[in-house]
Amino acid sequence: MIEPNRNGEVWVYAEQEDGALHDVALELCGKVRELADRLGVKTGVVLAGWNVRELAYRLFHHGADRVYLVEDRKLEHFQTQPYARVVCTLIEKHKPQIVLFGATAVGRDLAPRVASQMRCGLTADCTDLDIADVDDPSAKKTHKNLLLQIRPAFGGNIIATIVNPDRWPQMATVREGVMPLRDPDMQRKGEIVAEKIKFEERDFAVRLIERHREPRKVNLKGARTIVAGGGGVGSKANFKVIHDLAGAIGGAVGASRAAVDGGFIGKEHQVGQTGTTVRPALYIACGISGAIQHRAGMEESAKIVAVNWDKEAPIFGVAHYGIVGDLNQVIPMMVKAIKERPKE
Amino acid sequence: MPYDSIVCIKQVPDTANVTADAMKADGTVNRAALPAIFNPDDLRALEIALQVRDQHGGTVTVISMGPPKAADVLRECLYRGADRAILLTDRRAAASDTLATSYILAQAIKTVGRYDFVFCGRQAIDGDTAQVGPQCAEKLGIPQVTYLEKLVELRDRTARIRRNVGNGWEIVEVGLPVLVTVLDTAAEPRPPAARRVMKYKRAVVRAELDAAVKAERPSATAAELEAEVERRAEPLRARGLMMEQWNLDDIKADLSWCGLAGSPTKVHRVQAIVLTKQGYTEIPATEDGVRRLVRELVVDHTLG
Repeated sequence: MIEPNRNGEVWVYAEQEDGALHDVALELCGKVRELADRLGVKTGVVLAGWNVRELAYRLFHHGADRVYLVEDRKLEHFQTQPYARVVCTLIEKHKPQIVLFGATAVGRDLAPRVASQMRCGLTADCTDLDIADVDDPSAKKTHKNLLLQIRPAFGGNIIATIVNPDRWPQMATVREGVMPLRDPDMQRKGEIVAEKIKFEERDFAVRLIERHREPRKVNLKGARTIVAGGGGVGSKANFKVIHDLAGAIGGAVGASRAAVDGGFIGKEHQVGQTGTTVRPALYIACGISGAIQHRAGMEESAKIVAVNWDKEAPIFGVAHYGIVGDLNQVIPMMVKAIKERPKE
Repeated sequence: MPYDSIVCIKQVPDTANVTADAMKADGTVNRAALPAIFNPDDLRALEIALQVRDQHGGTVTVISMGPPKAADVLRECLYRGADRAILLTDRRAAASDTLATSYILAQAIKTVGRYDFVFCGRQAIDGDTAQVGPQCAEKLGIPQVTYLEKLVELRDRTARIRRNVGNGWEIVEVGLPVLVTVLDTAAEPRPPAARRVMKYKRAVVRAELDAAVKAERPSATAAELEAEVERRAEPLRARGLMMEQWNLDDIKADLSWCGLAGSPTKVHRVQAIVLTKQGYTEIPATEDGVRRLVRELVVDHTLG
């Protein structure tokens, strides 16, 4: 735990694997830039690994002022304990006021270990972050400029705002894909601060024996347009209409849990709380009723079009455009209209 | 070689089957309207621990922190084969966040004493944080292996574990003791064994006896209640049907690390999900309507 430090930097833990940065690290760079500007402080990024120095420049382009670089052959593959030692040592040394991690398999493994060691708070899977003054009526005081950590809870049925008033740093993991990935500023420069960490033998208690990575075949997160089908599509064969529309637009194919459970399409296409969170420019939901778990994963989309025969379906509550009708008739009309669309 | 395991389990509201009654008008959760269930990941954690014992010998101890009602899930563990069940219950532990919870659980684990494995579910469905396992490991000063999909090999106090890391998997090797978090895809939980159900359906914790006696004798004095509870507990104890019940003093917890005082995170605000959007246009399901929609999307640059 560190004392509240109003001049502290706003940090991101930069997840990388085999020398490639995880998208969420760059998304968070943009977010901490925004938070740090509001607080009038600098941004910092913890970058640990082996032969990863080059990645610092991408982090600068995305908003980092300082990159705390820890290079060590022992850090070639992620392991919880040595990486936790890196983050904790740097927090104690530089006293940042905020530290963010991606809510990835790595981030959700590392951040709680760090929080426990620092004895500070940690909010999981945030979908939004903000800065505000927070009144504490019991202590009759106002905490200035706290990090508001906003996350769905209780199976996505409520939105909770969590604060960490006095046991700092304020830490949170943030879902992938919820913060926009901003365009890099290729002229932006920053400072690399090389750090040396002393490890202990016991930090390396877990040994990696074998590793297998599956290339992501479906890139829902990166898609600008998503056409998603739900239980209302009715069958695997009929899912062809969804593929047709996605093909006409040049978008990715998404699905609700009902469609995945029905065997219409693979789980890697699932959008929603247990699938992928997306925020494309356009989301077309076809035959999706819009259970809260699904909406939680797509309602941030810039434009939502819903096609459903049931005019009471909750999906219309988040849609910008609604078409009440049979998707088997409406989708072919859309394909035709898109192919014949006027050129802007 | 026998191995002793401790499994941390939680009783949770069934958030996957939320109905309209689950939310009160003020936006808070009506826990009473939700059935309480065995947290799904924890059931798999128990199964892995039971498999270790069945194959190698040793013991399985389950610990649950919660209100007296959590005794339900402890009985479930006994039905499935757990050797020892401990309820950790104390009003002073209420409102604990993940850090305080992990401190309390770690104190309880230390109180149990000897163990080779601590198994936890990856996360609980009411909070989905996945934090308590790793935080507990840190408090115990032992390594953690998260996202177990399969216990590949166990010999000479060394475990090989296959972890599912989302975009693939890896196999890691670790010496014991270790804390392992288990995915819900790890193992199909065994059903309760009929013979054990017959035996352990009468198993209780002290708080349940207290409540039962109090309900039957509302006018009895504290001393009378105490005597009656003890009279009923005696034969249950003899038959191994008194589950242990611990409070924060029993595990020598520092109260400044428990409950609200021990929780760095504070809930600032809770809102029921309110659907927000700007403008809604209903498009008729006709060729003309669809054509108009596509035109609008082109004009505002949503479609190229």
